[in-house]
Amino acid sequence: MNPRLRLIGTILVLLALVIGVNIAAHGSFLEPSNIVRVLRQITYNCILGVGETFTILTAGIDLSIGSLVSLTGVVMALLANSLHLTGFALVSVVLLAGIALGAGAGYVNALPVVRLNLPPFITTLAMMQVALGLSYIVSHGRPVPLNSNAFNSIGIGSFLGGLSAKLHLPALPIPVLWMAVVVIICSLLLEKTRFGRSILALGGNEEAARLAGIAVHRVKTMAYVISGICAAIAGFLYMALFSTGSPQTGTGDEMLNAIAAVVVGGTSLAGGRGTIVGTFFGALLIGLLDNAMNLLNIDSYLQKVVLGAVILLAVALDEIRKRYLAAR
Amino acid sequence: MRAIGKSFPGVRALADVSIFVRSGEVLALVGENGAGKSTLMKILSGAQPADTGEIFIDGERVRIASPRDAERLGIGMIYQEFTLVPQFDAVANIFLGKEPQRGPFLDDAGARARAAELVAEFGIDIPLDRPVGELSVGIQQLVEIAKALAKNVRVLVMDEPTAALSEREIDRLFEIVATLKGKGVGIVYISHRMEELARVADRVTVLRDGTSIDTRAVTAFPIDEILQAMVGRPVDARFPDLPAVAADAPIRLAVAGLSGRDVRNVGFEVRAGEIVGLGGLVGAGRTEILRAIAGADPAAGSVAVDGKALRARTPAGTIAAGIAFVTEDRKAQGLVLGMSVLANTTLAHLDRFARAFGWLDAPAEERASEEMIERLRIRTPDAAQLVANLSGGTQQKVVLAKWLLGEPRVLLLDEPTRGIDVGAKAEIYELMVGLAKQGVAIVMVSSELPELLGMSHRICVVRQGGIVAEFSRAEASPTNVIAAASGAAA
Repeated sequence: MNPRLRLIGTILVLLALVIGVNIAAHGSFLEPSNIVRVLRQITYNCILGVGETFTILTAGIDLSIGSLVSLTGVVMALLANSLHLTGFALVSVVLLAGIALGAGAGYVNALPVVRLNLPPFITTLAMMQVALGLSYIVSHGRPVPLNSNAFNSIGIGSFLGGLSAKLHLPALPIPVLWMAVVVIICSLLLEKTRFGRSILALGGNEEAARLAGIAVHRVKTMAYVISGICAAIAGFLYMALFSTGSPQTGTGDEMLNAIAAVVVGGTSLAGGRGTIVGTFFGALLIGLLDNAMNLLNIDSYLQKVVLGAVILLAVALDEIRKRYLAAR
Repeated sequence: MRAIGKSFPGVRALADVSIFVRSGEVLALVGENGAGKSTLMKILSGAQPADTGEIFIDGERVRIASPRDAERLGIGMIYQEFTLVPQFDAVANIFLGKEPQRGPFLDDAGARARAAELVAEFGIDIPLDRPVGELSVGIQQLVEIAKALAKNVRVLVMDEPTAALSEREIDRLFEIVATLKGKGVGIVYISHRMEELARVADRVTVLRDGTSIDTRAVTAFPIDEILQAMVGRPVDARFPDLPAVAADAPIRLAVAGLSGRDVRNVGFEVRAGEIVGLGGLVGAGRTEILRAIAGADPAAGSVAVDGKALRARTPAGTIAAGIAFVTEDRKAQGLVLGMSVLANTTLAHLDRFARAFGWLDAPAEERASEEMIERLRIRTPDAAQLVANLSGGTQQKVVLAKWLLGEPRVLLLDEPTRGIDVGAKAEIYELMVGLAKQGVAIVMVSSELPELLGMSHRICVVRQGGIVAEFSRAEASPTNVIAAASGAAA
């Protein structure tokens, strides 16, 4: 089944939903300012989902991303407060350190998977606990407020504010730009490079990939490293947004929502099939749904029920369509 | 089955096909892939409904709407792909889904006793209490047969039952078939192996393009006429002439002291342009020898290509040295089914297409895969087609394309024509001859004795992981190869 066809299905569901909700919400749903709000809200989930897509494509999974958001956020905040740097230099050093930490955690996640053939469900579950514990230890259980305001523009700033004001459009938040960059780079990485082809091949048939000379261990490890890096970028953006690195940032549903975005986006949990753009649309669908239910004043407990049902429905519809096409 | 018709959107799979099988008779059903054999059998087993036509059993018209109906009517199927649970033992597999019960619990002792009875009745020699995943493919096939027999079948369909079996296991299978005939079971026997028909079948029905072309008693249906009916045109000699190997042709592949899992001290040499066949029983270690040479499994000993010993015996290392390994099981080891023909074709040589940052040169990949599609006459609408949608023979050509893309100097072929139709087989033989002419050294494992004898310059017989005998093309005969393979004094 062609991933592009699956993507088209997701987009069609999105369109129908958007038009329906917009009518029900008397046009407020499609207002540019609301669209931008949704994009801003899905940024973190989308970036985490993009990283998760790589591990799921190898028929693995990364449960540790939520905890890694906390750990990298706290460590970056502590580092920022202890460095005698300002402005761009401070931001770059902190970000690179966070990315290194995320990549390192991803490497540790992958090590027992490729060396001992342990299931990634277990190794990343362990990392989830370890990283969360560490983030509490290094922060002494308290949020770490940033001393510098160098990060403010990244967390809450806008992109091309002047131009959009002239066009009577809402300004695009900086985090949305980060999301766009991550989606584009990772999409090219998956679709256009040798590494991406290797990921898809080993997810589809690991033995065939190995016999074709693909460095299966290295490619798999890279998938977890990328997932860790994406968690670090999300941690960085959260920290910039709240001006604080908090050990509690990633203790909610981050990891589950990211996996939901991947799956709704048409990536197979069995590995080998999926796209990054699909994950973006998966995150967008979930974000729009959240937003629509808020606009329609749906009870927040009921929202959870609806969200769960929609995830199930999206995947079930996809499976049914797949069978229909296969039976022809 | 009378006047069966079946259409899929855009394809007429079966048109007005009628077959019958008498009690205690074996009807062989032959035809190229896509001729409609599988569809016809799926209709009989209730996996798919027929559009038109009727089915009668013992003169009574029956309706088969589901596999359950078929089972109730005493129709048993033995599929090409095994339907066993590898972790379960033979007893549990035989009674899967209809386990004898005592009250709310499984009656293990009863199941075991009934399985033992069954096995004794048909002379099937299988270990009952080991997980079937640990048994050889041939024994698993016997378990599969026992499973079908446990249902008191009146009609038994066997889809290529010998594809995975060694000569000796085939003999045993045919004994079981004879026992079944004696008990009045009607057997529909699907096979690509022409030489088996005379041994096992009473009558032969040839299907082509969804219609039945001819049905005759096997004694009145010579093999070349069967082949002609299958392909619709006269078939030339079954195997092409092999080009002679010059006496001074350089030694391309030299293997010495190779030992590893199921491989014991194997050494042989292959000259440029030579085809060496590895014969032997299933499980003798032929596949393992190829795997060890290709670096798929770790092994001690030395492998040299053109006199240069290979240092890194990993898949990547042996590929770089010019060794290509076409694996036995194309679905499990050869192809990524969910990827396109293009992506599968270039998979083993991505470094050729990788530019800076690993960026793949898409136009170059396209050119290369189009070239291979043309060269191997791969029947696919385009290079973007997913290989999962292609027929077995076409898939096999995609595997070959993947390896030939690298212009290998040594080609290791493991059962290169298993489960593919006559036309595709002939094309693969032609290809082997062409490669040999170009100086490629070929090592081929084949369980089909005629293929082994017809397509090898030299035959090495493998038993218990080691080479026990070697025959030149002139010396080799079915009897001496089998004798060496089974350990009988030649």
